[in-house]
Amino acid sequence: MDTEKSLSPSAEVDILEPTETRRMRVNVGPSHPAMHGVIQIVVEVEGETIVYSDTNFGYLHRGFEKECENHTYQLCIPYTDRLNYVSPLINNEGFCLAVEKFFGVDVPERCKYIRTMLSELSRISDHQTCIGAAAMELGAFTPFLYLMKGRELIYRILEEVTGHRLTINYMRPGGLAANLPEGFFEHLRDIIPVIREVTSETDKLLTKNRIFIDRTRNVGAISKEDALSFSYSGPCLRACGVAYDVRKAFPYSAYDRVDFEVPVGSTGDTLDRYLVRMGEMEQSVRIIEQCMRQIPDGPVSVNDPRVILPPKQEVYHTIEGLVNHFKLVYEGIRPPKGEVYQMVEGGNGELGYYIVSDGTGRPYRVRVRPPCFMIVSSMDFMIKGAMMADIVPVFGSLNMIAGEMER
Amino acid sequence: MGLNIDYEHLNQELKDTLQKARPAPPSGFVMAKLDEAIGWARKYSIFQYPFVTACCGMEFMSVAVSHYDIDRFGAGMPRFTPRQADVLFVVGTINHKQAPILKRVYEQMCEPKWVIAFGACASSGGFYDNYTTVRGADKIIPVDIYIPGCPPRPEAVLDGLIMLQAQIQQEGYMNKRKALRKQGLKELHGQP
Amino acid sequence: MASPKTSAPVAFSSLLSVIKGHFGEVVLAHRSDFGDDTIVVQRERWLDVLRFLKDAPSLAFNYLVDLTCVDYFGQEPRFEMVVHLLAFESGKRLRVKARIPEEDATIASLVPLWRSANWLEREVYDMFGIRFAGHPDLRRILMYDEFEGYPLRKDYPLKKSQPRVPLLSPEREEEEEI
Ligand code: SF4
Repeated sequence: MDTEKSLSPSAEVDILEPTETRRMRVNVGPSHPAMHGVIQIVVEVEGETIVYSDTNFGYLHRGFEKECENHTYQLCIPYTDRLNYVSPLINNEGFCLAVEKFFGVDVPERCKYIRTMLSELSRISDHQTCIGAAAMELGAFTPFLYLMKGRELIYRILEEVTGHRLTINYMRPGGLAANLPEGFFEHLRDIIPVIREVTSETDKLLTKNRIFIDRTRNVGAISKEDALSFSYSGPCLRACGVAYDVRKAFPYSAYDRVDFEVPVGSTGDTLDRYLVRMGEMEQSVRIIEQCMRQIPDGPVSVNDPRVILPPKQEVYHTIEGLVNHFKLVYEGIRPPKGEVYQMVEGGNGELGYYIVSDGTGRPYRVRVRPPCFMIVSSMDFMIKGAMMADIVPVFGSLNMIAGEMER
Repeated sequence: MGLNIDYEHLNQELKDTLQKARPAPPSGFVMAKLDEAIGWARKYSIFQYPFVTACCGMEFMSVAVSHYDIDRFGAGMPRFTPRQADVLFVVGTINHKQAPILKRVYEQMCEPKWVIAFGACASSGGFYDNYTTVRGADKIIPVDIYIPGCPPRPEAVLDGLIMLQAQIQQEGYMNKRKALRKQGLKELHGQP
Repeated sequence: MASPKTSAPVAFSSLLSVIKGHFGEVVLAHRSDFGDDTIVVQRERWLDVLRFLKDAPSLAFNYLVDLTCVDYFGQEPRFEMVVHLLAFESGKRLRVKARIPEEDATIASLVPLWRSANWLEREVYDMFGIRFAGHPDLRRILMYDEFEGYPLRKDYPLKKSQPRVPLLSPEREEEEEI
């Protein structure tokens, strides 16, 4: 603004005349209070309107792909935990399915149901974190506390099963690391009502909240065509009205045997993304309940010496078992030469693994298709012409998870 | 040979030396107490700056909210500007792209300041050992407390916080101030 | 645009003949192992083939799933671009590849077809050093500008780091093999 002009007493200024504005460059991030993730957005504003923005990231690039090339297949699994660290079980599942695709093994039914159930628990915790954090950034702190309460319960039950709250390292190509612990279903039955309650409390606090709606409706809207051109997937794509869900379109594990709906939005704005996520949490609970009813007894891993470690009994008492164990641990499992692409529905959309094997115990190349990479790539497009204050809700609703995006 | 040490005598000597080294009673008395009082006040009003980058941030959230409630330990108030913070929580992996930012944030904090390395990555690089990750935040900035775990359990975080509080209590405000003043003078005027 | 799988997927053999009918001998090799269909096309026709795959009504591979690169160090040509496509209406997936020699590591950019290709290609440039002709803004994306070399190439050592700020202590012991 031209301060000299407006302050000088003698000048006859017409106050209705629009004042001259100058472009200003504002730097948001990489370590910014309203950004739950390390990303830098350099915006140029004219008044409050964004005219240009440039998104920089890579502050959490940890060399996942290179690291995998130097580890055996089993040792890659802990690294996959840390991709989308809000829903690590889904990452595990995707990687294991991809390796299983090489061998053509079909895991036992019980394993499929356990994978489905735990993935859905992970999905709930993912959406809870996303909604909670996004709401908190808009100033609604209470829903965050409620949702974190729900997430804590999920962490506890996951810890019971896998041994860790967050970085679970639970699934293996060809099965699982261990069967479910005793009392799991009772525990799950106890927490399901709490999860529902947390969701409905959040619903009451946010869905009809005037402030929340004003800040999210028609903010960051994106059309179907644009979304597809940006390779959107997951809740953000469904918010635009495209009912694409990998669980429905390309079912894996036990998803073809459970009944669930795919919530879709219409306008593709921030509010729709929030509503889709809320709807999905309910559907996930439904899936878990059906799995609990349907899950059969039996082993959780295939009996295939190429992929799964032999039982301890055999390792200690037979020479074949010992050799097998040694080879699997030392050389790693050795898929045939070739390449596979396998996708699962991650918390943010289609999470794909493209693995190239050269027949040795280490993957030649592992590529992760990170769903939020594509989604965040539309950030500049979406906030152009929006207000400065819109960055926060839009970014929050995209649910950028740096570990997955930058690997 | 030389093992026949007269401990009685030695002890007495040590006591005498200490007695002599102590400043005159009135000021010494006040000094010691002021130190303690300031330390005590400080350790329960920690304003933290969460430098959250990675997965450990999820556990940081867990610690911050109701179940574990870091507020019980007087460290519940995150300040999102380094200028207002006393304790820098380095939460998550630091890579080489991030390093200058971490350094800048640390330098912007006012003395007295402490740093907690939260999790294996911030302590030592964790299991990422490659072209992009820094092998621990202490390669960039000095670190006071390391909390192990990948990610650490919330209880471990609280334990680390209590350890930091003990350190703050013991640190001695006056001594630290003197040291800092010296250091500042050195930086201003070069080597004495 | 409806939800996926509203029409039957095109068979791989007819897909090949459609491409052949349009372009002639552009497909250098094709495979379908582990249930994934793959075609390898000529690098010079990269953009044309993908545009055709996207726009031809009988194929309609209108969704870019992923774009990446593999470094076959020691082979000639060294690099291989890999693109995963999805036909949204039929649910058909296809992998399209092209080999790129090291001396002339360039290929046409797919940004005119899909906007998501922008960042994906920047990542490939950053990690492998492939240049994309016609890319609007080819910069490093994950690494920093001062970084030398392309980390995901097989000849880049896993542990060779390039710090931006002076480190307080050496990253690893001297003897340790890098
Ligand atoms: S210590 Fe583990 S959980 Fe924490 S940031 Fe590092 S990898 Fe993630």
